[in-house]
Amino acid sequence: MQAAHGVEGFLYPNEVELQWSILIVLYPYITGLVAGAFILASLERVFKVEAVKPTYRLALLTALAFLLVAPLPLQLHLGHPERSLEMYLTPHRSSAMAMFGFVYLWYLMVVLLLEIWLDYRKDIVQLSKTTRGPVGWIYKALTLGSSNVSEGALRADDRIGYIVTVIGIPSAFLLHGYVGFIFGSIKANPWWSTPLMPIVFLFSAMVSGIAAVMILYMVSTWMRKKPLDTRCVDTIAKYLFYAFVIDFSLEMLDLIHRIYEADESFHTLDFMVQTRLYMSQVVLQIMLGTVAPLAVLAATQLWTFTEAVRQRLYFASGVLTLIGIFAMRWNVVIGGQLFSKSFLGYTSYKMEFAHREGLLAAIALMILPFLLLWGLVKLLPPWPENEAKA
Amino acid sequence: MPQGRRDFLEQAGRWLFLTSAAQAALEFVVAGNASAAPNYNMHTHWWAMTIDITKCIGCGNCVRACAEENGVPKGFFRTWIERYDVPGWEMDRPDVDAPNGGMDGFPDKPAKGKSFFVPKLCNHCAHSPCVQVCPVGATFETPDGLVIVDEQYCLGCRYCVQACPYGCRYINPKTNTVDKCTLCYHRISKGLTTACCEACPTGCRQLADLKNPKDPVHDFLRTNSIQVLKPQMATGSKVYYRGLDGSVR
Amino acid sequence: MRITFRDAAHLIRLVVVVLIAIAAFAGLRSLMVPETFGQYGHYRGAALEENRQRAVSFAGRQACAECHDAVVEAKKPGKHANVGCEACHGPQAKHAEDPSLKPVKPDSATLCARCHEKNSAKPRGFPQVAAKEHNAGMACADCHQPHQPKI
Repeated sequence: MQAAHGVEGFLYPNEVELQWSILIVLYPYITGLVAGAFILASLERVFKVEAVKPTYRLALLTALAFLLVAPLPLQLHLGHPERSLEMYLTPHRSSAMAMFGFVYLWYLMVVLLLEIWLDYRKDIVQLSKTTRGPVGWIYKALTLGSSNVSEGALRADDRIGYIVTVIGIPSAFLLHGYVGFIFGSIKANPWWSTPLMPIVFLFSAMVSGIAAVMILYMVSTWMRKKPLDTRCVDTIAKYLFYAFVIDFSLEMLDLIHRIYEADESFHTLDFMVQTRLYMSQVVLQIMLGTVAPLAVLAATQLWTFTEAVRQRLYFASGVLTLIGIFAMRWNVVIGGQLFSKSFLGYTSYKMEFAHREGLLAAIALMILPFLLLWGLVKLLPPWPENEAKA
Repeated sequence: MPQGRRDFLEQAGRWLFLTSAAQAALEFVVAGNASAAPNYNMHTHWWAMTIDITKCIGCGNCVRACAEENGVPKGFFRTWIERYDVPGWEMDRPDVDAPNGGMDGFPDKPAKGKSFFVPKLCNHCAHSPCVQVCPVGATFETPDGLVIVDEQYCLGCRYCVQACPYGCRYINPKTNTVDKCTLCYHRISKGLTTACCEACPTGCRQLADLKNPKDPVHDFLRTNSIQVLKPQMATGSKVYYRGLDGSVR
Repeated sequence: MRITFRDAAHLIRLVVVVLIAIAAFAGLRSLMVPETFGQYGHYRGAALEENRQRAVSFAGRQACAECHDAVVEAKKPGKHANVGCEACHGPQAKHAEDPSLKPVKPDSATLCARCHEKNSAKPRGFPQVAAKEHNAGMACADCHQPHQPKI
């Protein structure tokens, strides 16, 4: 209750402290990357977009690495992390958060792990025969004791893998749409409560996931000193552009609707966007993170550039996109807590540094998926040339 | 409990206008033996509260009593008082303050317009948005109409804090779980009234049992113009205000 | 070409692994869910009793009246008849339990002011004074009897 909180106007006395910190900003950001990466992977498999094939396996591993990290920020944030299993033991059916636990489990176990396992089984069997030591044991365990890679077995894998991907697309939609529902279903909070929230979350997820995989593909190819498949990044950039146009339209629809309806909360929210959220919402999210990359991507669609220039433009717009989507998550989660539910005042978010929920923890949690991805790539090489050999 | 005292209590009970449940419970209360007031039957009660705005003097007694009764940590409030000052016709721009939740009273200041106090507490909603979102069943509506937190089971995810439209929930820094008004369940189940009602000097707050046909609440609701907070939220709030101004959020 | 049973062996193994995991979860669940969970609804039934069992700090005016019936009688004709004892004297459950624990007598100057200090937000009809002008430096109890507050 100190002035240091940056309180302005009137808040209900229990509202001074923010409930959800930067870690809860990371959570939709990370799950969004997962859903987006998976949807990119499914483009190749289900919609037969052959051009993006070089990123298929990388996209799956990226999705897995981020999905494994997704629950950690939530876990760190809980007052009693040791009780988190209760979500699975006694899930409350009317709670969006409880049901999310099952959506997460379904997506991790039934979709992602299964698809990766089926796709890599031939490699796993091969590697289990050639690798010694503890890593070899991992491969052996992953074969489940069956080294049958006959044509019939592979055909079975392929067919089931296809079915899993087909189920996987709505599952990925569900995964991230559901994250949107967690916020969108809170009627007490006018900044969150809109039926557009799940669908805005979904398209922003696709945008961020596609951008992330595109950048990872470019960086990993440069690091391995291999030639970049320009047709592949052209195609990814095209899909990024399409998804972004839809995402931007939805967000603007939400904004225009709010401005035009101007209900009881509008005055408060409008003031918040023009003051406390100006930097993160108007500058970072809309200008730098949406309009700028959209303009760049539109330019690459309209005019012809050389390969090298195109790659740089894609890379730049990808980075801007990732910043913009992060800002969007920030504005939803933090922005939704800066104003009083009395609509008469504002508080501010003071991020701690070396704290369980501080900046340091957030940075560590953002690095962790890349370390996991590095490990996964070592274990299950996703590179196209290996695949060709196999 | 000393025998002499028990005899005295039995005698005293006769002339005290207590309900029979309260009489039976009283012994346990006074003895400090909280274990099970024996006659309490959850299914015969439906608890609520009435608040008469025209009687609130902003003394802060309820806030202090609540903190003492329930060990509410400093800086958090199970109940609090707001002071409204509505300048003229601009009803959507009231001037509101609640220094330390009104615990230390309100220093006088010249009113710009219509000025009054609004005591608040958990509305013990019948369709609680907070209960709806709890992922594990750590907060719930009891059979007697209260919204309670199970601090042994709460994860501390804070989803319910976000879902409450009235700002009634907070994280108790001692337990790291969500905390809120219990409508003094440990008192009302023993035939006592809540700590805030007990300490309120003007009778502005009254505990009410909607299932008890003899409760004066029925007269109160029938003969006055009544409003709940944020009726547009449709939470089934059971804290009924008399004389609530339209400017109150 | 049809997929033979032999070629699906690894898939069957996977199904077995999944079934074992589900069985393990079901077993874990039956061990870990609290006994009274679901007794009345989707929550731990025992939590109700735990909540009810907490000790009280305010004894309630009926408890006060058991011993201090004379004060209750004295208050009856006055304006403070319906003001609870503990509204001024503070929580007294400990004193009710063990009368040898004597409560501290409240300081009338601060106590009376809480309710009767003038404030523009107080209801018009409520008796209120600006203490500085009304009784500069004097104790309220010099003129007013708190249990029968007429002069």
